[in-house]
Amino acid sequence: MNKPTGLYIHIPFCKSKCPYCDFYSLANADEYKKEYKKAVIRNLDYYSDITFDTVYFGGGTPILLWREICGILDSIGDRITNNAEITIEANPCSTDFNALCSLKQSGVNRISFGLQSGVDDELKALGRRHSSKSGLEAVLAAEKAGFKNVSADIMLGIPFQTEKSLKESLSYLTDMPISHISAYMLKIEPGTPFAQKMVAPANDEQMSEFYLKAVSHFQQNGYFQYEISNFSLKGYESRHNLKYWNCEEYIGIGPSAHSYYNGKRFSVDRNLHGFIGSPLQETIVTDDNPGGYDEWAMLKLRLSEGIDFKTAKSRYNIGKEQILSRCRLIPKEYLEITDTGIRLTTKGFLVSNAIIGIISDI
Amino acid sequence: MSNSEYLSNIRNFCIIAHIDHGKSTLADRILEQTETVAHREMEEQILDNMELERERGITIKARAVRLNYKADDGNLYVFNLIDTPGHVDFNYEVSRSLNACEGAILIVDASQGIEAQTLANTYLAIEQNLEVVPVINKIDLPSAQPDVVKEEIENVIGIPADEAPLISAKMGINIKDVMEQIVKYVPAPKGNPDEKLKALIFDSYYDSYKGVIVHVRVKEGTLRVGDKIRMMATGATFDVVELGYMGAKTLESANELRAGEVGYIAASIKSIGDTKVGDTVTIADNPADEPLEGYRNVNPMVFSGIYPADGAKYVDLREALEKLQLNDASLTFEPETSIALGFGFRCGFLGLLHMEIIQERLEREYNLDLITTAPSVVYKITKTDGETVYIDNPTNYPDVSEIEIAEEPMVKANIYTPSEYVGNIMDLCQERRGIFKDMKYLDLNRVELHYNLPLNEIVYDFFDALKSRTKGYASYDYEVSGFVPSKLVKLDILLNGDIVDALSFIVHADKAYSRARKIAEKLKDNIPRQLFEVPIQAAVGGKIIARETVKAMRKDVLAKCYGGDITRKKKLLEKQKEGKKRMRQLGSVEVPQEAFMAVLKLDE
Repeated sequence: MNKPTGLYIHIPFCKSKCPYCDFYSLANADEYKKEYKKAVIRNLDYYSDITFDTVYFGGGTPILLWREICGILDSIGDRITNNAEITIEANPCSTDFNALCSLKQSGVNRISFGLQSGVDDELKALGRRHSSKSGLEAVLAAEKAGFKNVSADIMLGIPFQTEKSLKESLSYLTDMPISHISAYMLKIEPGTPFAQKMVAPANDEQMSEFYLKAVSHFQQNGYFQYEISNFSLKGYESRHNLKYWNCEEYIGIGPSAHSYYNGKRFSVDRNLHGFIGSPLQETIVTDDNPGGYDEWAMLKLRLSEGIDFKTAKSRYNIGKEQILSRCRLIPKEYLEITDTGIRLTTKGFLVSNAIIGIISDI
Repeated sequence: MSNSEYLSNIRNFCIIAHIDHGKSTLADRILEQTETVAHREMEEQILDNMELERERGITIKARAVRLNYKADDGNLYVFNLIDTPGHVDFNYEVSRSLNACEGAILIVDASQGIEAQTLANTYLAIEQNLEVVPVINKIDLPSAQPDVVKEEIENVIGIPADEAPLISAKMGINIKDVMEQIVKYVPAPKGNPDEKLKALIFDSYYDSYKGVIVHVRVKEGTLRVGDKIRMMATGATFDVVELGYMGAKTLESANELRAGEVGYIAASIKSIGDTKVGDTVTIADNPADEPLEGYRNVNPMVFSGIYPADGAKYVDLREALEKLQLNDASLTFEPETSIALGFGFRCGFLGLLHMEIIQERLEREYNLDLITTAPSVVYKITKTDGETVYIDNPTNYPDVSEIEIAEEPMVKANIYTPSEYVGNIMDLCQERRGIFKDMKYLDLNRVELHYNLPLNEIVYDFFDALKSRTKGYASYDYEVSGFVPSKLVKLDILLNGDIVDALSFIVHADKAYSRARKIAEKLKDNIPRQLFEVPIQAAVGGKIIARETVKAMRKDVLAKCYGGDITRKKKLLEKQKEGKKRMRQLGSVEVPQEAFMAVLKLDE
C-alpha cells in the first residue's frame, strides 16, 4: 500500500447559484445525483490501491447530496485510514439533523458551513438563502449531532459592509461552538452576475482594515492564524487544506477538481455530463513540472510557519544568504526573520503577492 | 530649338491634399489608367510603400514615378508624378520636391472643402510658381457639395476652379479629365540639354545592391552613364554607373537624362549623407557656374535619448539605427549612457513627427521595445570662462555657477487658421512665450499669424495643442531663426531621494514650477504602489519645487478559496513576474516604462 493521500470530491450541485461564486456548480440538476454518485465511485475504483487520510467534499453544496455521499464513503470505507479527517461543506438551510446524523454515522467528522456573514442584509446582498438565525441553528445542530470539528466561512468586503457590521459578524462567529474559521475577501470574478452588475467590493483601504480587524478579533478569541485566510483552535487546523500548502499530493474527483498526483498537477474539465458519461474522468495536465522552489515558497509563505532555510537548502539548494538578500527589498514590518527561517506578519499577509513575488524570484 | 522639342511632351507635377482627401487613391488611379501598373500588381496606395505611411495615411518620404499618357490630342506625354511628404517637419523636403515640378494637382474633398493643412502646401507651391490645378474628389458621397467647394477654392486660394474636374478617385470616375487638365494646364518644363549640367536632388534612398539611388530633376544640361559628377554643396564626386526613369515598380535604365526630365542616378554612392536633398548635381570637369537656388543644410532640431527596454538589445538597436540612417540622412545618433536607463543613443530629429516615426519604425520594423526620454532642443551656453558649448542632453547642462549666458533657439512660425480661432491661437502662443509679429487676413475667413516662438515650446505638443484649439483647422510651419538669451533652468526629478537622470530637462524659469508639478503628478499616476512609500520630487538647483508621494501598497493578496488549484496561483505569480520585466529598477524603486513615456505627454 502507498502512503495515504488526500482526496477531494467535487459536488457540483446547488439549489441556486450565488451571484459572486465562480466555482463549477449547477442549479436544478437533481436528476443526475444518482449517476453522479456512480461516476464518482467508478473513478475511485480506479485508485483502488490508494488509502486516504483526508477526504474533502467541496462544492457546490455537497450536503444536498448527503445520501450519495454516505454511499460513496461506504464504498471506500476500507481505504480510509482510521484517524482520517473527513470534511463536508454545507449550506445552513440545506442542513437537517437527520442528514447530519447519517453523515456522522458514515464517518464524516468535520463540517464547514458557508455562513459568510452574521448580518441578514449582507446575506441578502450576497444572494445567500439562509439567515443569521438559520446559520446559528445549523451550527448548533451539528454540535448536537456530535460534530466536534465545525468550521465556518466569513466573507470580508461585502458591499455595504461597515466596521460595525463586520464586528457583528465576527462576534456572531466566535460566540458559536466552532473550532475553525476561514475568512475570505470578496473578489469579483469575471462572468459572475456580480461582475455583470459591476458590484464593487470594499476598496483596498477598507479591505485591509477589515482583514486586520478580523485577524485580531479571532486571535483574541483563541483562534490561531495558521494561513492567510484560515484560523483555528489549537489542533483543529484543516488537515486536508494543509496538504495544499505543504506541497503534498491529493487526488481530485469530479468536474473542475484539481489533483497533484504522481508528480503532476492536473484538472478535470468543468462539465458534469462529460464526467458522468465517461468511464474515467478526463484530465488535463496544468503543470507537468511542479514542485520547484518558487511553488514551495509561494505556498509555504501563505502559512504562518513560513519557509525554513534548512528545507530551502536541502531540497532546492538555495542558501539562506540568497533568501535574505531578497528580503532586503522588503520593509521590516512585513517579515519576521529568525535563525531558522522567515515568515510573514499579519501585515505582510496583506501584501503577500508582492512579497512572495520577490522571495520566490531566485 | 529642335534639340528641345521633346520638352513639350513632358509634364512634371505633384499632388497636394489634406490627409484622407484621396491623394494616394488618385495616384493609384492615374497609375492604373496609364497602365503603368498592371491591375494584377495593383495594391492600395502603391506610392506609400512604408507600412506606417499606409496606416497613418501620410506620406513620409518623397517618391516619384514616370508614366506615359496618350492624350486626346493624339500625342504621347510623359508624366512625372512626384509624391511629397506633407508635414511641417519635412517642409524643406517638400519645397525641394515642389521645385522639381511645374504644376501641382490640388485635391479637395467635395464634402469637406479646403482644410488648413492643404493651404500651407498650396502656398508653398504658388511661391515656387507652380501652376495649381484644382480637382474635386469624392463627388460620389451624398454629402458632396462641389459648387460650394469650387467657390471656396476661388475665394480662399484665389485660383479659378470652374473647370476643376469632379471626380471620384475611389470609384474611378472622371480620372481622365484630370490627365487632360494636366496636359492642358501644367506647363512643359524649360531647359536646354546642351547647357552645363544642373540637376536637383529631391530624394535618395539606399539600395543594398546599387548603393544610394538619387532622384533628380534635371534642370539644365544632359547627364550620361559614365559621367563623373560632383555634388556642388558637399563636393563629393562619383562616376555614374546607371541612370534612368522610375517605373511604378522597378527602375527602367536609360542612357541619358536630359533637361526637363526626372530620373534616378546610381553611382556606387555608399552614404546617403553625400546626396543631400536640394543639392545640385553637375559634371565634375565641366561644372555649372553656380548651383541651383534654395539649398539648405538640414540639421536635427529635436533630440532625445532612445534606449532598449531590454539592455541586451543595445546592439540590435544600433544596427537598426544604422539601417534607418541609410535612408534618412536627417537622422543622427551617438552612444549615450544613462544611470537610469543604461546604454542607449542620443538621437537627433527634424521635428516631433520625425521622432515619432523613427521610434515607431524601430519598434515595428525592428521589433524593439524602447524607452525614450523627453525631447530636447539644443541650447547654446557661454560659460564664465568664455567657452561656448551646445547642449542637446539635459544631463550635460552645466552648473548654474559656470553659466555666463544661456541661449535657446527661436523659430519664426507661420500659423494658418480660420479667423474664428485667432483668439485661441493667440492664447496658446502667449502660453508658449510667443512674441506676436503680425497678422494678415488672406480673405474674410482666413488668417495668417506670425509669431516668434522658442523652439522648446513647440517641440513637445504644440501641433496637438494647435489642432485641439482649432478643431483641427489650423496648420503651421516654422523655420529656425537663431539663438536668443533666455532664463533657463535644469529641472531634476528625484525618486526616493535619488535623481533620475533620464527624466531631467531644461525649461524656462517661469515655467519650471508648473512643469514640475505636472511631471510629478504624471509620475505619481504611472508608478504603481510598491511595498514602501515612494516620494517623487522635482528640484531646480537642489531646491525642491514640487512633491508627490506614491503611497505604499495596501493590499495585494489572494485571500480566496481556490481549493487545490495551485496552478492558478502559480500563473498569477508568473504574470506578476512578467510585469516586472517591463519595469526599470531605479535604486529600490520599480518604474514602469510607461512612466517615462507619460512625462512626454503633458498636454491636457
